Amino acid sequence: MLLIRGGRVVDPSARRDEVGHLVLSEGKVKEFLAGEAPKNFPGRVIPAEGRWVTPGLIDMHVHLREPGYEWKEDILSGTRAAAAGGFTSVACMANTKPVNDHPEVTRFILDKARREGFANVFPVAAVTRGLEGKEMTDFTELAEAGAVAFSDDGKPVASALLMRRALEYVRPFGYLIMTHSEDPELAEGGAANEGWTARKLGIPGIPAAAEEIAIAREILLARQTDGRVHIQHVSTKMGVDLLRMAKRAGLGVTGETAPQYFTLTDAALEGYDTNAKMNPPLRGEEDRMAILEGILDGTIDAVACDHAPHEDYVKRCEFTTAANGIIGLQTSLPLTLALTAGGKVSPVRIVDLLSAAPARLLSLTGKGTLVAGSDADVTVIDPATEWEFRPEEVLSKSRNSPFLGWKLRGRAVVTICGGKIRHSCVPGVEADA
Amino acid sequence: MEWRRKHVLGLVDFLPEEIEFVVDTARSMEEVLTRDIKKVPALRGKTVVNLFFEASTRTRTSFEMAGKRLSADVVNFSSSTSSVTKGETLLDTARNIEAMKPNILVIRHAASGAPHFLARHVSCSIVNAGDGANEHPSQGLLDLYTILKAKGKVAGLKVAIVGDILHSRVVRSDLHSLGRMGAKLWLCGPAPLLPQEMARTGAFLTSDIREAVRGADVIIMLRIQLERQKTAYFPSLREYSRRYGLNREVFALAKDDAVIMHPGPINRGVELSDELADCGQSLILEQVASGVAVRMALLYLLAGGSHAAH
Repeated sequence: MLLIRGGRVVDPSARRDEVGHLVLSEGKVKEFLAGEAPKNFPGRVIPAEGRWVTPGLIDMHVHLREPGYEWKEDILSGTRAAAAGGFTSVACMANTKPVNDHPEVTRFILDKARREGFANVFPVAAVTRGLEGKEMTDFTELAEAGAVAFSDDGKPVASALLMRRALEYVRPFGYLIMTHSEDPELAEGGAANEGWTARKLGIPGIPAAAEEIAIAREILLARQTDGRVHIQHVSTKMGVDLLRMAKRAGLGVTGETAPQYFTLTDAALEGYDTNAKMNPPLRGEEDRMAILEGILDGTIDAVACDHAPHEDYVKRCEFTTAANGIIGLQTSLPLTLALTAGGKVSPVRIVDLLSAAPARLLSLTGKGTLVAGSDADVTVIDPATEWEFRPEEVLSKSRNSPFLGWKLRGRAVVTICGGKIRHSCVPGVEADA
Repeated sequence: MEWRRKHVLGLVDFLPEEIEFVVDTARSMEEVLTRDIKKVPALRGKTVVNLFFEASTRTRTSFEMAGKRLSADVVNFSSSTSSVTKGETLLDTARNIEAMKPNILVIRHAASGAPHFLARHVSCSIVNAGDGANEHPSQGLLDLYTILKAKGKVAGLKVAIVGDILHSRVVRSDLHSLGRMGAKLWLCGPAPLLPQEMARTGAFLTSDIREAVRGADVIIMLRIQLERQKTAYFPSLREYSRRYGLNREVFALAKDDAVIMHPGPINRGVELSDELADCGQSLILEQVASGVAVRMALLYLLAGGSHAAH
């Protein structure tokens, strides 16, 4: 039994934002109590006064690198970073080695996560075998093995025909296809957003249209097939506009963005900083503002960090040669909390973006909510604490972050997954073994 | 003034007085080149390594010549294959060379920012001899030097640069060297090779060569770099030549005393007609000669020389 006492309980699924107490028992949420805290509680008590108590955060877009690239990250280190960042669940992409295009790989990830994980791991399987964009994977077998969605993330599905068939085929089963939307020819050879910064630094550009054309394509195919598609890491203004238009038309299209796209612009590339290199690339200020607008008006459903660990030496090189991607699990929450400044984004919306919405999109029952009977995945957040993201804080095996050295505000102080305390920096509250 | 730079990575942050200082120093160096014995002991005992990861004859030879004229020991390291395909990282290659204690590394690399990256990780001086589509500072300086020599000034001159602006590192360095000294710059090329963002440099952009050349004092023709183009940016060389080639007819629109420059190597009959390449108003070979003097100046200043008072 666990009592989380006196926190501001923020639970979008129950439209709740009030001070109270949360009781967890046998891996489930037992009840919410308003008023006085229970006396003589027969279990551990976590003081949460002045803090937010939220459903465990869910990141629907991470790369755990296992199997195949364990020197970059593995399920153990990746989920430790997740727990420290407040995440109780992560959805991991299929670009492992071997690719998660076979139920054995899906099962391997789930087994490993069950044994070693500090957080729940929900594998996303590939849309096409080997991420080659040629043949569809066996969706049913993969879903039965535990895949929660399908994506060739890291690579776009180049063929519109194949994407059409996949959306059409899975529609009766309700499976979710997520897309890394990028026109491969337009993006080829590019290493930065096509704009002034890239021109000035002489770095080959990736035009915004590479993303926008692909997003438009997915939307039109969703319309054609009456299917459902989720756009990953939206980074451009027109991408947001297209998504907004699709939603207004009532199409089955949703989208996510990552904190880096509403926090940074391509100006971060100055000095050829390879930790600012990612795909999609950091865009211009106009794009950044449009992403913020999309979050404000609900066009963007979820924030997912695209945690992409890389060892030092593939970043310690020429910019064009450097690997794409940054780690994000430990910075996603504070960077998203920054949206509350000025009062435009409410705590309920923050928790929706980081927990309720991903649970909804991935159909994770019992997650993203604190209603009685749901899973005892809870994050206790101190929204005001200031801290510096120092290299020693990094729990991933890799340290490729443009946010190292940043002063951040807000962090998860306790992360509870399945009723077990997986992370705590509250004195007197020890994490479970 | 006092020279404080350890590296020459680009002209982007060069102050006008620094540019003038290099030009002054190059003038003294050029004087050396007029002597019977074209050699001074300024860099005796110093080692210059030319680290070239991209094919180059002229620039490498020019740096080698510059080093030797100053009595430096010059070692050439060329690798047409990239360090990555050889399995060694750029940094490892550079650190191996650095372990042999050179004073100056002259680097050419296909990746923009490669010299900047190395400058953060090695202790010797770095001279950028061309990085990707970023900069080619010694070319920017020698172009300035050549124009100054021919025209006596740069301020107020109309300088048209015609060709592949998108991929050209020469353009980016010329924009700094000529732009900072007051030239009016016009950039001209096929639209897919003429990024509109370049207008932020203050240069005028046009895809009409006549507009660029009309009344120009200096015309810098760029090589059409077919080897850099994975996909077609324009229909054919024939079409390119028709639209963007400099010939007698187009050149007639320039000032009577206009000069023609080209960083080389020339595609005769493509961007520049055969007769114009060799005409009296062509400064192409003067550029090559100036190159040695300018590079001598850079090596001299980086090796600790304090102006050309020898």
